[in-house]
Amino acid sequence: MSGQWMLPAFDLHALLVAPWTEQRETFGWVGVMGFCVAASCGLLGNYLLLRRMALMGDAVSHSVLPGLVIAFLVSGGRDTGAMFLGALASGLGATLIIDFLQARTPLKQDAAIGIVFSALFAIGVLLTVVFAGQIDLDPDCVLNGELLFVALEPPVHWGAWTLAPPAVLRMAGVLALVVGVIAIGYRILLVSSFDPGIARAAGVRVGTVRLGLMLLLSLVVVSAFEAVGAVLVVAMLILPGATATLLTDRLPRLHLLAVLHAALSVWWGVGLAVWLDCSLAPAIVVMGAVLFALAWLFAPRGGLIAQGLRRARVLS
Amino acid sequence: MKAGRETRGGGGSRRRWGAARVATAVLAAALLLPWAHAAAPAGPDGEGLAQVWRFLRLEDAAVRHVVWGTLLLGGTCGLLGGFMVVRRMALVGDALSHAVLPGVAAGFLWNMSRDPVAILVGATVAGLVGTAFVSALCRTTRLKEDAALGLVLASFFAVGLCLLSIIQRLPAANAAGLSHFLFGQAAAIGPADLRVMAIVAGVVVLFVVALYKELVAVSFDAAFARSQGLPAAFVHHAFMFLLAASVVIALQAVGVVLVSALLVTPAATAYLLTRRLSRLLVYAALLGAVAGLGGAFLSFLGPGLPTGPLIVLVASATFGGAVLFGTREGWLVRFWRQRAGVGQTRRENTLKSMYHVAEREGFAHAGITLEELATRRRQTVEEVRALGAELHRHGMARLERDLLSFTPEGRRRAGEIVRNHRLWELYLTRSANFAPDHVHDHAEKIEHVLGEAAVRELERRLDHARRDPHGSVIPSAADLERSNWGEPGGRAR
Repeated sequence: MSGQWMLPAFDLHALLVAPWTEQRETFGWVGVMGFCVAASCGLLGNYLLLRRMALMGDAVSHSVLPGLVIAFLVSGGRDTGAMFLGALASGLGATLIIDFLQARTPLKQDAAIGIVFSALFAIGVLLTVVFAGQIDLDPDCVLNGELLFVALEPPVHWGAWTLAPPAVLRMAGVLALVVGVIAIGYRILLVSSFDPGIARAAGVRVGTVRLGLMLLLSLVVVSAFEAVGAVLVVAMLILPGATATLLTDRLPRLHLLAVLHAALSVWWGVGLAVWLDCSLAPAIVVMGAVLFALAWLFAPRGGLIAQGLRRARVLS
Repeated sequence: MKAGRETRGGGGSRRRWGAARVATAVLAAALLLPWAHAAAPAGPDGEGLAQVWRFLRLEDAAVRHVVWGTLLLGGTCGLLGGFMVVRRMALVGDALSHAVLPGVAAGFLWNMSRDPVAILVGATVAGLVGTAFVSALCRTTRLKEDAALGLVLASFFAVGLCLLSIIQRLPAANAAGLSHFLFGQAAAIGPADLRVMAIVAGVVVLFVVALYKELVAVSFDAAFARSQGLPAAFVHHAFMFLLAASVVIALQAVGVVLVSALLVTPAATAYLLTRRLSRLLVYAALLGAVAGLGGAFLSFLGPGLPTGPLIVLVASATFGGAVLFGTREGWLVRFWRQRAGVGQTRRENTLKSMYHVAEREGFAHAGITLEELATRRRQTVEEVRALGAELHRHGMARLERDLLSFTPEGRRRAGEIVRNHRLWELYLTRSANFAPDHVHDHAEKIEHVLGEAAVRELERRLDHARRDPHGSVIPSAADLERSNWGEPGGRAR
């Protein structure tokens, strides 16, 4: 048993430094892409956590699939714009159906989410399998993502300049958009996330803000889908914010920590993938989870160890 | 300003209606598309029909395994899902099903084969560890339950994917069947799997039947259950354990991502159909079994059709049907009922106005002119004519030219409505100390819904009083039976 599967040798330099120096050709864009995905998800995820909408991310990320496939079949190829619109439409549609079920039937939000995302995802998987001949979107990529493939596309040229691969450019644009929306709408997002009642009294259109957030969420998820797959997006949305929540109470610091978490998990995640020779996106998420576990244990105020010490002090 | 906001709200709900219709249409199209596609190539040579026949005759051992397997796992998941939906734990199933993936991989690594028992143990343990993490996160951090669920779900899933991608590259591994755990393939169910499923299903049914009372108490009010000395913690943990086991047996046919649908969707459908927990559980189990069987059957029709998505789609289609046509809460039923209610209230109000006119004239005439009624209702003659025609259609009155007269049924109903109104006014002033000028509006609403039994009770409590607070006569049951005033040819009372 153990003879067949032994851990490869652990070499700190080869894992943490080499991918970014000697193997920069391969992993350079992977790192940039991973960071853009993780950072935009993390920044947006902060607000989802505050609003207790974390699982809406789950719903949207699964629901994107049928839109992608149908757009692919209709447009007859990998026309990025069409696929993007299709995915965006089905992601937004999912949030509307969930709201509808919640408002018009006795079901609660959790059940509505569970029903809608699984139905849409099932349609997506079925279409992918049935039209397998006409689609180069295999079920495996739906779960694992194709981070390596995305980053190895030939880069876009602009005049004499060689820019990044197209997917990386798109993702960087999405990150810039997320940062811009947060910077411009900071106060509105803050007040409507923490206290919708006060926000409404102050004249903020809470419903519009929510819809805008859902739109942004769909946008981020759709762009990240190709790179990290349906399920791992959820981790990218929740893990940075959750880790930051353990370490601070203040929203600006939450944002900074979320971005830091994104950067660290991509750096070490790529190392982990190289070491174990496994898929890239899951490895990044695993490192993100490890970072979260570290924060959970060692957070100075709310960490498990701090809690234990405090309890021991009180008891003695 | 206020009116503007209300209008906008109305627009919102109309927009949502539209969205739902579009979504239903898309869902239906997406459901039909693959089947049409799958059926088309088999059409000419009748191979599709042969497949159907093969499925229905159940002669193949393989087909029998699939049928029994999907029935068992659908029923088991539906049964447990019933509890989860009423406990608002629907997404716990989602987290659990994703969290088992590392366990599946570890169970495989145990002896490098798809041994159902090793995988069952590994997956169940991983699932339970996952749910333990969720409750630990909720207890010791400020994270809310939804965040904790999502976090555990995705992190465990990532670990599982890493392990799977390593396993798939191992030279010695016979990893062929492993990818079925992601999307499900019922055809891969073998006799050994079936045995495990039967055991788990049997234990689940025994558990629910034997501990039904305890489960209900713990589900609806854990604190109460504890105070009654019931073993709440034990029941909860046993439930979670069985839940993990059922998720694992369903994995093979449905796949990791979609198992949660098997827990949630049939139970949510049942929730729309009934509110009694015992009935809900039976419905959920039946619907789950039907979905399992239906999905297996459909996936049998085409080569390589994955079972999991088809099972989920059958379950979702029944859910959609229940949302639209459900007897209790279906939109169509509610819509019709509401419309019927509106119409009935309008007719009863017309009858009441007719009664008032007749009463003022001492019930002396055989009919009421439309003009009298129009004056009473402060409406135009044309509007009143439309109301009269509606009563005519429903057999409550006869409209001849400009004269409106009661039918026996209309007369009885008019008397009842007036009686209900006046009784209620009297009751409010006497027993609830309302001022006599504040009772009319309440009575306007309640007069349409008071039942005979409630009327009897009101009459008894009010000592069969004859007059309401405004001095008008309350028609008694005897009055309603006896008189035939207001009918053509009837005499004045």
